[in-house]
Amino acid sequence: MDLVQNFPFFSIMLSMFSGIVSPVLPPAAAKWVNRAAVTVIGALSLVLLLYLLGTGESYVFMMGHFPAPWGNEIRAGVLEAGMALFFCIIMLLSLLGGNHKLLTEVAGEKQSLYYILVNLLLSSLLALVYTNDIFTAYVFVEINTITACGLIMIRETGRTIEAAVRYMIMSLLGSGMLLLGLCILYDLTGHLLMSNMREQVAILAQSGEYHMPLLVTIALISVGLSIKSALFPFHAWLPDAYGYSTVSSAAILSSLVSKGYIFLLIKLIYRVFGFQVFHDSKIVNVLFLFGLMGMIFGSLSAIWENDIRRMIAFSSVAQIGYIFMGIGMGTQAAMTASLFHVMSHAATKSLLFISAAGLTDASGGSKKFADLTGAGYRDVEAGIAFTVGALSMVGLPLFSGFISKLLFAQAAVQNTGKLLPALIVLGISTVLNAIYFMKTVIRIYTPVGDEVRSRPASGGRALYVAALMGFIVLNLLLGVNSQPIVDMIGQGLGMFA
Amino acid sequence: MPGRGMPMSRLKPRSEYEKTGSFRFWRWLAGSRDPYVGEVEMKAQIPKEPRELTIRERMQERQELLTRVYDIENNKKIAFFHRIYVLAAVVFCLCFAGILVAMVSMLPPTGEADRPVNNEVPARYIESGLQETGAVNIVTGMILDYRAFDTFGESNVLFAATTTVLILLHEKKKKREDGTFEEIPSDRLLEPKQDAILQASATVLVPVIILFGIYVILNGHLSPGGGFSGGAIIGAGLILYLSAFGFEKTEKLFTEKTYKYVSFGALTTYCLAKSYSFFTGANHLESHIPLGTPGAILSSGLILVLNICVGMVVACTMYTFYVMFRKGDF
Repeated sequence: MDLVQNFPFFSIMLSMFSGIVSPVLPPAAAKWVNRAAVTVIGALSLVLLLYLLGTGESYVFMMGHFPAPWGNEIRAGVLEAGMALFFCIIMLLSLLGGNHKLLTEVAGEKQSLYYILVNLLLSSLLALVYTNDIFTAYVFVEINTITACGLIMIRETGRTIEAAVRYMIMSLLGSGMLLLGLCILYDLTGHLLMSNMREQVAILAQSGEYHMPLLVTIALISVGLSIKSALFPFHAWLPDAYGYSTVSSAAILSSLVSKGYIFLLIKLIYRVFGFQVFHDSKIVNVLFLFGLMGMIFGSLSAIWENDIRRMIAFSSVAQIGYIFMGIGMGTQAAMTASLFHVMSHAATKSLLFISAAGLTDASGGSKKFADLTGAGYRDVEAGIAFTVGALSMVGLPLFSGFISKLLFAQAAVQNTGKLLPALIVLGISTVLNAIYFMKTVIRIYTPVGDEVRSRPASGGRALYVAALMGFIVLNLLLGVNSQPIVDMIGQGLGMFA
Repeated sequence: MPGRGMPMSRLKPRSEYEKTGSFRFWRWLAGSRDPYVGEVEMKAQIPKEPRELTIRERMQERQELLTRVYDIENNKKIAFFHRIYVLAAVVFCLCFAGILVAMVSMLPPTGEADRPVNNEVPARYIESGLQETGAVNIVTGMILDYRAFDTFGESNVLFAATTTVLILLHEKKKKREDGTFEEIPSDRLLEPKQDAILQASATVLVPVIILFGIYVILNGHLSPGGGFSGGAIIGAGLILYLSAFGFEKTEKLFTEKTYKYVSFGALTTYCLAKSYSFFTGANHLESHIPLGTPGAILSSGLILVLNICVGMVVACTMYTFYVMFRKGDF
């Protein structure tokens, strides 16, 4: 076995270990340990990705001395390594970009606690990405839920605590449904390992035995994970959680936490139920419908919103709707589009949150639109970054959002039954996106008299600008150089089967 | 010169008379001396400061506002919506429960030999669990050797939960300008501290409980029990000790530092030990950890160490939760 094949295991253990050492370190040291860990894990994932692209085959890694159905196992393919790399990049940029806000919004002695949570969150995301065992997945879903709550409420204001409680209740409901589904599935198949479960599920589906429990399981797991990733009717926790938490938390939550659950759902669809069984269960139609509704209602709520952070949060509801619409279309092309949109939305949404922080800081800390007038002149870099993010969300060519909309439209053409609703809603949603994002861009570039155009002076300015530039480059990279990434997703999905 | 109203005697000289009881009696009766002065400490009344509204009061205000705005009593549309909402929720829950119950009745019947769960996986655990892990208790062998990665995840769930509770509830003492610490309002000052019955029973019980917890942890690979249950027992013992004797005693042995270093030590040991095992296992290298004789206390390889680590994490978690929810500081 090559040393490279150990990298998934190294990544998970390294992130957990850096979480474990953080409480005994002073906050500054914890911060550097965290940054170093995320960077190293990103580098490891990159090497692993190149290695897997070279060999073209996925492999399983035994966690311990016992082979798979008995011991634990993780699995790495192109898609897993790519996602791990992507998550690390987004996390690093979000933490760098939110650093100056973190220092002011979080009490000094609690900052090392923040880094514990971030490290554990990263480890749980990596484990969700790499897992090949549904119980391991559940354990790390728990870590993910708890740490996400902590990230929301570490900025101790009444609103964040309320948001954290709401998130906790909804998210635990999702966890509970997921756990119920997994228990029933274990009862039906007798396995916890994904590949063995898939064989058993295929046999059950063919013989028609236990038809209804299988159906209920698929429904429970899909709905449980869509509650946790804020699909439209279950999104009540989202605006407060993203709108009031400290900015790096909001970026991490919107672009990583919900995406981790979506990736887990896609993994379960391919590796546990099998694509065909999942498609025949008709739950795809429900997800498709919810996705379409989310695309419209999320955008409408965003239009009505008068608070820039909450507007971006509601825009997330619409974007999650896109992803679930792709899952619901039930074709390979649509799934590729969904996975591409997972990446493109993650890159764009964290960019928007981080740049909005700069704009609000330049407007005396107010998040109201009236106060943001001309903010693009007061904080030039944040203004440019916000414009890039907004254009990407609306779907202009050159930016990543365009490619995902293109892919969704292409996928819709292949599916005759869902062609019309998908294309119509895609069109409506794009127009609505344009309305609220362009409204904001016009607002921040509306000049207000001859005011002092002073740059906001703060210590971590260089870091903040660097993070914004990183996000912009990532967006352009996804938008301009999309074909290799789409090919990589296709190759990774092929390895899933 | 004796003051006005001071009792005097014609028979005795003044200095002698002042020592007698009748002098003190008459002086008290005349009210010439305040019996509290010099005996009881007296302070001026603290002027009442206007305080900020608590969260509850703010919520109440908000609630009143909402009630006034929506006027739920008189607004027929809202009342109608509420009724429909409640009705829909009840119907939905009943349907959901009904589907789940119907589904459970269709699951493979419990207790039959040919259920799907009775396959090669538990067979190997039961048949060769003892040889492969060295643990007499198969459950411990399963969670700490076959599936040790999941259990490491579970320990980290506890760690994450404690961190989150610390974020929410931990209030450090604030430093005043003159360098002293501000006392946090806590129930340490309010509770009856010297409860003789509780203290006497705690004196007897706490050592026994903690010893039993240690026994359960150390024998985790031999008999029912292990790190999770043993740690919970030790945590319960510590909580009983705290309830009986108060924070002044417990802070001598358990402070925030203790929590930090114990959980750090335990989780680091688990992480490093298991990383070695995972690495050697996955790369098919030989592991140099002896399994020992099954049944002996020092046997079953890493399981004993891992059990101790898990036990320490669980005990710390329980105690920290209790302390945080009760007072907010160690």
